[in-house]
Amino acid sequence: MESQAAPEPQSSSAAPRGAGVAPVLLAASGVSKRFGPVRALDRVDFGLRAGEIRALMGENGAGKSTLIKCMTGVYAPDAGEVRYQGRAASVGSPREAEALGVSTVYQEVNLIPHMTVAENICLGREPRRRWLGGCIRWRRVREKADAALGRLGVDVDPGREVASCSIAVQQLVAIARALDVNARVLILDEPTSSLDRDEVARLFGVMRHLRSQGLGIVFVTHFLEQVYAVSDSVTVLRDGTLVGTLPIAEVPRRRLVGMMVGREVEDHRPSADANAPGGPPRAEILRAEGLAKRGMLESVSLRVEAGETVGLAGLLGSGRTETARLLFGAARCDGGRLRIAGRDVRLRSPRAAIAHGIALTPENRRTEGVVPHLSVRENIALAVQARRGLRATLSGEESRRLAERYVAMLRIKTSSIETPVGQLSGGNQQKVLLARWLATEPRLLMLDEPTRGIDVAAKSEILRTIDELRQRGMSILFISSELEEVVRVCSRVVVLRDRRSIAELEGGELSEAAILNAIAEHQPANGRPGGGDA
Amino acid sequence: MRSPLRPIGEAFWSVRWPLAALALLLAFNAAFTPGFFALEVRDGRLFGVLVDILNHGSRVAIVALGMTLVIATGGVDLSVGAVVAISGAVAATLVAQHGAPWPLAMGAALAVSLIAGVWNGVLVTVMRLQPIVATLILMVAGRGVAQLITDGLIITFESPPLAYLGNGSLLGLPVPVAMLAGAFVAFGLVSRRTTLGLFIESIGDNPPAARLAGVPDRLVVLLVYAVCGLCAGAAGLIDCSYIKAADANNAGQLLELDAILAVVLGGTSLAGGRFLLFGSVIGAMIMQTLTKTLYMQNVSADIAPAPKAIAVILVCLLQSPVVRERVRRMRGGGGA
Ligand SMILES: Nc1ncnc2c1ncn2[C@@H]1O[C@H](COP(=O)(O)OP(=O)(O)OP(=O)(O)O)[C@@H](O)[C@H]1O
Ligand SMILES: [Mg+2]
Repeated sequence: MESQAAPEPQSSSAAPRGAGVAPVLLAASGVSKRFGPVRALDRVDFGLRAGEIRALMGENGAGKSTLIKCMTGVYAPDAGEVRYQGRAASVGSPREAEALGVSTVYQEVNLIPHMTVAENICLGREPRRRWLGGCIRWRRVREKADAALGRLGVDVDPGREVASCSIAVQQLVAIARALDVNARVLILDEPTSSLDRDEVARLFGVMRHLRSQGLGIVFVTHFLEQVYAVSDSVTVLRDGTLVGTLPIAEVPRRRLVGMMVGREVEDHRPSADANAPGGPPRAEILRAEGLAKRGMLESVSLRVEAGETVGLAGLLGSGRTETARLLFGAARCDGGRLRIAGRDVRLRSPRAAIAHGIALTPENRRTEGVVPHLSVRENIALAVQARRGLRATLSGEESRRLAERYVAMLRIKTSSIETPVGQLSGGNQQKVLLARWLATEPRLLMLDEPTRGIDVAAKSEILRTIDELRQRGMSILFISSELEEVVRVCSRVVVLRDRRSIAELEGGELSEAAILNAIAEHQPANGRPGGGDA
Repeated sequence: MRSPLRPIGEAFWSVRWPLAALALLLAFNAAFTPGFFALEVRDGRLFGVLVDILNHGSRVAIVALGMTLVIATGGVDLSVGAVVAISGAVAATLVAQHGAPWPLAMGAALAVSLIAGVWNGVLVTVMRLQPIVATLILMVAGRGVAQLITDGLIITFESPPLAYLGNGSLLGLPVPVAMLAGAFVAFGLVSRRTTLGLFIESIGDNPPAARLAGVPDRLVVLLVYAVCGLCAGAAGLIDCSYIKAADANNAGQLLELDAILAVVLGGTSLAGGRFLLFGSVIGAMIMQTLTKTLYMQNVSADIAPAPKAIAVILVCLLQSPVVRERVRRMRGGGGA
């Protein structure tokens, strides 16, 4: 923590929190932005003071990311003005914004996949020698990266290639990169969407520390409890317009949700039988015994019955995503047995898994999920078509109907089904992915962080949809770093640790505390959890 | 219900910029190149500069069609020029030296081209070579293979059916135009009526996502390279038919670059993803018109590449989203 970027001297006099006298660091007034027919922002005002943590909230597609991008020069606003520390500046690029002291982590993490963690953290501002033509000082690069990562408590080798890290680690690397700048304003667009509670707690620690140094922080999230835990004030957007900015102490939860959604929302609770164990034995859909792959997974055993929701819980790097990938044939296992519907199978490719009625919505929607330039319709129809093969094409009419059905069912916010998916907001892209797999009507649907980046109302709708499907006999393997969600939707939870399955909890014994206990009890002998490669 | 004409309208709309460029070129010629639009009918067949452009443009366009699909998957095929040489060499030697009947000669030439395409596809999908490297191998080695087949000689042949491809006419137009039309319709139908088009675009746009969605990526990529080889083979037949001889050294020289340029001019991104078959045909015609224009304006062949390059850059800029956004902003700013 001591290695913090030193704030400029003047800010030490800035009162830490809530004081109205602190200078305004970043302001937007009357900012509007259209994308073709979509009015993404409509005369939005925004002001951030020194020593303030501001939560920016709103439903998927409300315009949060667009507002951020307008303030950091990614987009030029159609109207309105952005001011940095009281000065109007026409910022043409994110780089200029950075030079003005605004450091940003965008929602879709932008790292160079084939460069190392350290290179990514220092990219564009590598420490150089004065002589030798300004050679990069690689030792310093590593040290800087180590320091930046250490601040967040991330346990990852800075020499590792970013592409091989989990999405959570990538998110942390992007944050570390943003913290490495000497900034006055830090903007984080959904930084916590795939982090565990420990990482979130550490990130919040860092944010509070920066606040005490007089930085202003903007923070987008869909987790209400995080908003209350760390922010001083909240700005709510709805459909591109400003609903209001209030001190957090003055908005109770219900009111906040109401402001975002514009109507009452009920929390989804799974139907009674979801958590009930026992009952008549159901057909076994999938059974894995000692599933392993060198360097990826050591030994995972689990079974899934028809019509049940099984959760995979564990810390970062415990092997949840890897398990799903092996079960989907995205990687080939080199140990253990896999039985699907009572028969031994070897899955050589995702196609093989899909042929067995298995579906997977991957964790990393940008690199492995959406096909950005294809339309919403094509993205939704893709897996159905792939399953049917080359010749049996869905007619245009059929695929339109399919897409329209799921757009309505999941309330995907898009101007038309022919809009390229890359133009949708993050949460809506996630819904398109879910639609793609629901459309194949799988026997087993594996969801890796399905509610990542999805707003409160949509989350409870999606959980309800999943529960309905389950009641109609579909099985679900549910992976989420939100234990609360896991406990809520799953009837059985397999706990992973260090790439092994270590416990299974069900029925009455299933609770967040029990899962955490199970993880803690299985402390490995050397006492160092996780290993270097999360 | 959608009007059945709508896809056609969309096809034209999506290639409006290349079309505009072509129209501009033609307008230039209408004003400054005497005799450019002169047509005459002899023996029930059209002659003229435009017909020439169509004729030679079709040969490039056929290759560009195959290249479009390859580029859409995120690859590129540098070996098409060499395959043209091989195809011509096979057909000519079979007819001239072994007295083979023309259908056998053509069939063999196309089969060898298909094999060349499959070879590329295998290198890319199974051996996982990068497309540029994989096809570079055949680009370099292919001409050697063609030389081997012809024994390093220029093989001339007397075969009316084979000569018909490059010199005959169908419905008053040169045969290559008909071949292009046939290939275009076939490509259009296959890519839009089956899922192939969707698969190709998804593979080019986001390969891991396509794979995880269950798209048979390797099969599709293999198929695409095979088809590209076949297209080059057909162009090779036309090529040797023009001169009634196989010239392993010069046949199809730099054709790969012409084909790639045609695809790019037509609006398909080299990064892969969305592809525009019609655009590639227009692109090939733009290239050919440009060549002809410069020739008829008495620009010497030595400096012709320079104005050509400028024209290519202009068309590409016209299509670049960044430039268009700038222009839009400037117009919007001026109006406000
Ligand atoms: N590049 C773009 N082109 C066209 N439309 C866009 C583009 N970017 C955003 N939009 C549209 O603008 C609206 C606001 O999107 P934005 O990404 O700001 O939402 P968001 O509040 O960040 O949502 P989420 O919580 O899902 O991330 C959406 O309707 C989206 O479809
Ligand atoms: Mg967003």
